[in-house]
Amino acid sequence: MPGYGVMHNLMNKLEIKNLYKIFGKDGLRAYELIRNGVSLDEVRGCLDAFPAVVDASFDVKEGEIFVVMGLSGSGKSSLVRCMNRLYEPTAGSISIDGVDLTRLSQKELRRLRLEKISMVFQHFALFPHYSVLENTGWGLEVKGVDKAAIKTKALEALEMVGLSGWEDKYPHQLSGGMQQRVGLARALATDTNILLMDEAFSALDPLIRNEMQQQLVMLQGDLQKTVVFITHDLNEAMYLGDRIAIMKDGHIEQIGTAEDILRNPATEYVAAFIEQVDRSRVLTAGSIMSEPVAVLPIWEGPSAALRTMRERQVSALHLVGPKQYLLGVVYADEVISAVRTGESELEPLVHPEVPAVGQSTPIADLLVSSAEYMLPLPVVEEGKLVGVVPRVALLMALGERVNASNGNGDGDVSAGVSNPARERELQTVGVSSASSAK
Amino acid sequence: MVLVAVVTGIVTWLLVVFRVPVGDWVESIVNWLTASAGWLFDFIRVIVNWMTGSLERVLIWPPSYVMAGVFGIVGWRARGLGFGALSFVGFVLIQSMRLWNDAMSTLSLVVVAAFVAVIVGVPLGILAANSEITSRIFRPVLDFMQTLPVFVYLIPAIIFFGIGKVPGVFATVIFAMPPAVRLTELGLRQVDQEVVEAAEAFGAPKFKILRKVQLPLAMPTLMAGVNQVIMLALSMVVTAGIVGAGGLGAVVYRGVTRLDVGLGFEGGLAVVILAIFLDRLTGALSGRKDGQKSTAT
Repeated sequence: MPGYGVMHNLMNKLEIKNLYKIFGKDGLRAYELIRNGVSLDEVRGCLDAFPAVVDASFDVKEGEIFVVMGLSGSGKSSLVRCMNRLYEPTAGSISIDGVDLTRLSQKELRRLRLEKISMVFQHFALFPHYSVLENTGWGLEVKGVDKAAIKTKALEALEMVGLSGWEDKYPHQLSGGMQQRVGLARALATDTNILLMDEAFSALDPLIRNEMQQQLVMLQGDLQKTVVFITHDLNEAMYLGDRIAIMKDGHIEQIGTAEDILRNPATEYVAAFIEQVDRSRVLTAGSIMSEPVAVLPIWEGPSAALRTMRERQVSALHLVGPKQYLLGVVYADEVISAVRTGESELEPLVHPEVPAVGQSTPIADLLVSSAEYMLPLPVVEEGKLVGVVPRVALLMALGERVNASNGNGDGDVSAGVSNPARERELQTVGVSSASSAK
Repeated sequence: MVLVAVVTGIVTWLLVVFRVPVGDWVESIVNWLTASAGWLFDFIRVIVNWMTGSLERVLIWPPSYVMAGVFGIVGWRARGLGFGALSFVGFVLIQSMRLWNDAMSTLSLVVVAAFVAVIVGVPLGILAANSEITSRIFRPVLDFMQTLPVFVYLIPAIIFFGIGKVPGVFATVIFAMPPAVRLTELGLRQVDQEVVEAAEAFGAPKFKILRKVQLPLAMPTLMAGVNQVIMLALSMVVTAGIVGAGGLGAVVYRGVTRLDVGLGFEGGLAVVILAIFLDRLTGALSGRKDGQKSTAT
């Protein structure tokens, strides 16, 4: 996603290297066997060992939402619990800002949890005997902050998640969505840079879940936290994730952006999995656009325009100014009459209303414009024409592995909502918007 | 399979052929303890005597009707006016049967024994909740403590502490402690694991999690344990009357030995009144939960 391109310059916040978590008495022996190529099934069969995470390696960049996606039993929850050592990893390393967690003493570990990582849980995990305010202030209380400061901080965090005025209630008086907001506020109140979210929205019903997802994206935009988000819902993963890791049987099958994974699934499992995704929400104009052909610089005359149209067998042309700035479109009938009257300038013929789209516009938003517009849709970045999306490319992208249903029913998430980050980049040229184009 | 059969066979043969002197072993252990840890038993005797003695003095210091009024008010505050009134009437009845001093003596024994059982039992329960091995070691020991006929404790208790209240308290503590351990462990294990993880994930040290999260959430179950402890203590204290612990136990025992139906029944009734009072009172404490009025946090 181009919008996040800047992140590649930033350092890795989290580095996971060859991480193993094997439950059971024979965990270490199982680890040795697996390293020497014995299969997981054999290990499970002959030892008291349950491999949950097997050889996981990845980096999470600062300010990124990194999603770990897998079905239940894939080891994703164990993985995230290793990342703050709620579970002791069997082998491997976890580095935060270059510090290896696995080497820390209990005391150092507690300090690191206070200062660097906080966590949001699937079933909220609020303290039922504490008020909303006390719940939110838990991290600060552990830190030893004085009461007045805890209150200020906690109220601030509650305001961020939209729960002002609820601070004196108890968790059982709140709805599920509100409880998870408290969970989020508790994690935000400590000002840690890293947020671990273990299926944070999975227990909420779909409408509330959408709302929370949007809120998370917005909060993340403001606060620039580094988020590791665990989910079993591929649509949620695609919607939230800057990058996604897909897990199966403790292995990470593939890591990449939503588009990478959709376009080049690394394994059969991933390929089977992504069939349920609404591709039109994930693929973007930028990923399927091609070189513009029906385009002409403005300084050419009407007769040149007519010739180009004949050559390219089109009945309209995009006109560009210097540096490929998109100015508008001219239509064949008007150009012909201009040639007849001996007009030498194209400028008066230009229609500035063009349904231009940004590179990151999801292709679902292109369908209507594409049907209404006679030329391939121009893709524009900062006013410059960078490519076009011909109707046929659009249809092919949708058709590659079409599953027309919106998601998997359980998690119809990204289908209903479009990414606010992407919407911001929707661009139009001139005075008009896409819908008013001819 | 064959091995198990062979071992079972050999063990059975040995048991048949030889008399296993379990009794001698226990006796020598008790003798050894008396000889080498006498100072400890003396110390315990002094402490327990002092505790029961002072508590008893406090309980019988005011006029009995005033004290019955105090119990009535405590019952009223804990459960409501009806229970308060009934408690008052019950205690007045005890006085009018002329069993007041005996009842207060029994009450002080029960309170001290239950207090000690809880003070020892709850930490053991915490240990058991945190370690599977400890839990597995404790389980048969607790079974043993609860099922061994209660009189059997009295024998070494008398050897250690002589006749009086202290062996009664000692036997009562041993007999009444298991529910404190068991229900503390259960209560702690029932606390939602995710909630404990949440506390941990924010860097809280173990002790703080125990004090601020686990124990408050385990409190209803833990209080049910305390309730059980008190009930068991009360039933044991009557038995303790036999070894000179005095109180209502002695009254009942006298009734039995003299075949005095009236005396036995009066003593028994006083025990029942005490039992109901204590049970409802501690039940009320364990019923207060869910943070509706959690001033304790």
